[in-house]
Amino acid sequence: MTEHQKDRFATGVIYFLVGIVVILLAGILGNILINGLPHLSWHFLTSESSDFQAGGGVRDQLFNSVYLLVLTTIISLPIALGAAIYLSEYARDNWITHLIRSTIEILSSLPSIVVGLFGYLLFVVQFGFGFSILSGALALTFFNLPILTSNIEESLKGVSATQREAGLALGLSNWKTIRGIVVPAALPGIITGVVLSGGRIFGEAATLIYTAGQSGSLVDYHNWNPLSPTSFLNVMRPAETLAVHIWKVNTEGIISDATAVSAATGALLVLVVIIFNLSARYFGNKLYQKLTAAK
Amino acid sequence: MENLSPAFITTFEASERALTTEHLDVLYGGTIQKLFDTSLQFKKNSITALIGASGSGKSTFLRSLNRMNDTVATVNGKIMFHGLNVNQANINVYELRKSIGMVFQKPNPFPKSIYDNITYALRADGEKNQQKLATIVEESLRAAALWDEVKDKLNQSALALSGGQQQRLCIARALALRPEIILLDEPASALDPVSTSKLEDTLKQLREKYTMVMVTHNMQQAARISDYTAFFHLGHAIEYDTTTNIFTNPQGAITEAYIQGSFG
Amino acid sequence: MSKKDTENLKDVVNQAIDSQQVVHVKLKDIGQKDVDIDKLTRPSKETHQEYWGRGLSYLAIGLIILLVGSIIGFVGIHGLATFFRDHVNLWQFLSSTDWDPTSGPNHVGALVMIVTSFLVTLLSALVATPFAVAVALFMTEYASKKAASFLQSIIELLVGIPSVVYGFLGLTLVVPVIRAIFGGTGFGILAGMLVLFVMVLPTITSLTVDALNAVPKHFRQASAALGATHWQTIARVVLKVATPRILTAVIFGMARAFGEALAVQMVIGNAVLMPYNLVTPSSTLTSQLTTQIGNTVMGTLANNALWSLALLLLVMSLFFNILVRMIGKKGAK
Repeated sequence: MTEHQKDRFATGVIYFLVGIVVILLAGILGNILINGLPHLSWHFLTSESSDFQAGGGVRDQLFNSVYLLVLTTIISLPIALGAAIYLSEYARDNWITHLIRSTIEILSSLPSIVVGLFGYLLFVVQFGFGFSILSGALALTFFNLPILTSNIEESLKGVSATQREAGLALGLSNWKTIRGIVVPAALPGIITGVVLSGGRIFGEAATLIYTAGQSGSLVDYHNWNPLSPTSFLNVMRPAETLAVHIWKVNTEGIISDATAVSAATGALLVLVVIIFNLSARYFGNKLYQKLTAAK
Repeated sequence: MENLSPAFITTFEASERALTTEHLDVLYGGTIQKLFDTSLQFKKNSITALIGASGSGKSTFLRSLNRMNDTVATVNGKIMFHGLNVNQANINVYELRKSIGMVFQKPNPFPKSIYDNITYALRADGEKNQQKLATIVEESLRAAALWDEVKDKLNQSALALSGGQQQRLCIARALALRPEIILLDEPASALDPVSTSKLEDTLKQLREKYTMVMVTHNMQQAARISDYTAFFHLGHAIEYDTTTNIFTNPQGAITEAYIQGSFG
Repeated sequence: MSKKDTENLKDVVNQAIDSQQVVHVKLKDIGQKDVDIDKLTRPSKETHQEYWGRGLSYLAIGLIILLVGSIIGFVGIHGLATFFRDHVNLWQFLSSTDWDPTSGPNHVGALVMIVTSFLVTLLSALVATPFAVAVALFMTEYASKKAASFLQSIIELLVGIPSVVYGFLGLTLVVPVIRAIFGGTGFGILAGMLVLFVMVLPTITSLTVDALNAVPKHFRQASAALGATHWQTIARVVLKVATPRILTAVIFGMARAFGEALAVQMVIGNAVLMPYNLVTPSSTLTSQLTTQIGNTVMGTLANNALWSLALLLLVMSLFFNILVRMIGKKGAK
């Protein structure tokens, strides 16, 4: 074979493999959406799930997923921001910093089931929180922290050093410079990071099955007292999320329409991920334009 | 080996000095020395230009004066300001920087409105009186010769201004803190000739109220606006005299070679 | 300097100095402030701000370190209890296929789970790598910018699809097909491997794209200028330079596959049986943990044995981490 023929052959192989992958990807996305969307009705989104019969919805699971997402973000954002500020602004280039970075890498590479089991040990058993939204949110925080921290750190590093100099030369403290100038300038990137990590949290199940639990309790959406056991805001109640719901109806489920329910829930999850991806870009860009607006 | 000992260093009466350095050494990474035994006195209400080739240590020297080099370098020696050595660990660098302002090579306005750019540090300092803030904004912008150009768009983003306007905004921002000394690190190097000449006019006006120390690569600029000039070479202050003397009657051989080369 | 030059220079300078006309502007409020020299030696608002702000950021990073430490500590203590308190032999744990911890310490052999976990991980990475490299090469060396960025966003989307959705697809699409072709239940390593293949493909691809993009453009130009064909340039220059980082990408993919729990658990069959072929039900470390930890009582041997599996997972994830570092160091040399 001449070099020229080899070149043509290799190009052919690459295009062939890419073709297979494209068909595969299109097939996967198409399958999820085509099988799921027809079942995704208003009734499905707003009615309770059923344990035995067909025709149940995912109202509570949907709310629980959103609630856990919000709580997890509220808990993890300040910690991730603080840690990212340390890494990007205060850390010196020495062995301690290297050790800290390795630690965060280790956390990010831990299997989520291990993080979930640790949450089970610490929060559910040791602290006695039981299977609850609180245990789930704390476990998800662990799952979320490393990625969020490194996303925020990247955004902070993207802010020009001349901005920091400008602040310091005006007699501002490092901290005030960071809080008032660097963080706002990095905000588009930070928001993109938060939204993208939100998509991950929304679809996570392994961390939750032994922390937030695999069943829901009776929930009253008119009870606004977070301390009441039936309130939808109560953080001590067990809560099954959408992702956990798919897993459960497929592994233990006895409902006859498990496939339809899973397909619809799967399509819902994928839609949410798509929305998160698109809005992360949209808000990031929008905010960036606003910050640097020429008007 | 060239002779790097000082050829001539001018001095001033104690009452005329705004800032003095004594035997200043700057080391990077603990081993690489960028500045050697520099003792210079800066006269009140004058513009002093620091000239020299790239890597001569003039910027390093300038940035040491308001302790901007603290995190990257070790600075040994004394920096005397109102009889106090401000190069000591117990000095409050934030307060020091409010008295010794700085303008950088590249205009670096905050991505905020023109108004907020000027008031940000004041508000951080606790100034809440809106009337007073508005007055300071106007006065600083006037002093930086920018008021007429921006008075109608104070709430617009500072990033929409031209490079020259941004740089004058950075000067106004420094002036708003009412400093005594302004350090300028090649303030015109990123500007076009028209903006440069406007900036120079501004600096000449400010001499009346402030002491300025300016690093510049541009000999003509040093000649046009400075009263005194210090020439740096390989980390040593070789010669320091009135600008006229430095340019027309340099004492050191290296100074003469540099000036001649620069004017071509 | 010649006499004439000096005269010229003097003219230039004198002209310049003459032009130093000062335009007077009244500076009232913003003239210099009298310096309060005492202020320079006293802590100010900024000092306190800095103190607290720095403290907060240290606290946050400290919290994360504490967290990682306690995860390793907790899982370690519970996982090691099997060996130290229940006196299970470590070698037996690693080499025996007899997994029935409720029957006593002589029946704690995790070999089935270990073998299955490694098999699905290696096989899925093995299959995914050529596809991932092909797609990455297509995106960086062949495709137009537009096509590349379209593929990029699809891949990002696939990374974001929840693993239970992949598990569900495996359960409803892959398992029935395998059942139809090979008979049996359809559950097993083949199904797990196919699901993991789809899951690690986007991970390996996007990291490989980064690796290829990191190869400097002038390498390619130099090679093309020497008359090399496109493929010669890719094979001899681009891929060669990017190899360490592509390996890293594959290991990241393997780490993801090894730690994946629910998607695998849904299609693997969850029977603790040695996999003599790819289409009989088996069990991975993660699937065993997922299905069994809820059925055991804290502190019993059965429970501790499961924590030992978790510890094994943790150790493997540390191992993948170290491997990535070692390759990174070697690549840097």
